[in-house]
Amino acid sequence: MMKRDEMLKVLARHRTDEIVVAVYMAAQEWIHICPSDLNYTFVGAMGQGSSHALGLALGRPDKRVVVIDGDGSLLMNLGSLVTIANAAPKNLIHCLGENGTYETNGSVPIPRSGAIRFVDLARAAGYPKTYEISNLEDWDRQLGTILKEDGPIFVDLKIEPGELYPENFRRLYDTEYREKFRRALQNS
Amino acid sequence: MADYPLTAESIKREIKRAGVHFVVALPDRVTSHYLLKGMLQDPDFRVVQVCKEDEGVSVCSGLYAAGKTSVLMMQYTGLLDSVNSLRGIAVEGKFPVCMIVGLLGKEPDVAPTKSNKLGVKIIEPILDTLGIEHHLVERDDDASKIVPAIEKAYKNSFPVAILIGREPR
Repeated sequence: MMKRDEMLKVLARHRTDEIVVAVYMAAQEWIHICPSDLNYTFVGAMGQGSSHALGLALGRPDKRVVVIDGDGSLLMNLGSLVTIANAAPKNLIHCLGENGTYETNGSVPIPRSGAIRFVDLARAAGYPKTYEISNLEDWDRQLGTILKEDGPIFVDLKIEPGELYPENFRRLYDTEYREKFRRALQNS
Repeated sequence: MADYPLTAESIKREIKRAGVHFVVALPDRVTSHYLLKGMLQDPDFRVVQVCKEDEGVSVCSGLYAAGKTSVLMMQYTGLLDSVNSLRGIAVEGKFPVCMIVGLLGKEPDVAPTKSNKLGVKIIEPILDTLGIEHHLVERDDDASKIVPAIEKAYKNSFPVAILIGREPR
């Protein structure tokens, strides 16, 4: 099991110019750990991160897109696995922060918490490559390869809450930052 | 066919004229046979099939953020199913999600709000409540509403709905 912020710090170390889509707790932490105008946090409704990421990946096939999804979120939009596999963007890396709970909504466990094989769901949907990673050393060792491989790739990351970071909903949702993102992407 | 009031070709032509290349879609019984199937064969369009309509709201938003123009095709039932995404993403997040919505079961030349079908009858009031402009396309002449509607949505970064009142053929 990895502390979420430690997992994100590893991603920050490996990041070059990738677009990173993050949702909920991961988004609140990511904007502090790896600030960038190419952080896309304007997801707007639970479960939708992977679908925004698909739009970004199809719209800019020259850029790598990493989405940090949640397990409760993915269960709310499970069809997106099939949609993504069907669209088959080579530049999309779909990471799942699996913590087994609806952490933002009171840490109530998700249905079948800990007993769902998310990589099996992704493989059955048609993702050509999947990873299941539960410790920082493996994540650090494999991430360099993952960021270069042809996607769509699905990575199940076993996580738990780590350090607390201040919440900044304005940065997450304000259209001013969305426009900054658009400009940064246009120039990237 | 010569007297049939709405052709799929007129809608397709106007969507192209609006500079749309990505069509995000879930089959809608009103538009799938002549319009969506035609788009799937048309090299000018990249059709992204989604499993649920609210995914489409987000895919269109991601495409917009990446600098691309798209439309989301769906049945009115899909719009009803997507109200929270429309609220949170398109309206509050100000994304120009341009919806082409088939009003399955709407009686010919009857205003949607006067339809006997509950689902059809409530669409415009729901869009009004969300503050989303809507335009009814039921005849070929109405297709001229499509380009300005899409251009306005992108200019103002706000969603719009084109309601298809009968099967285009």
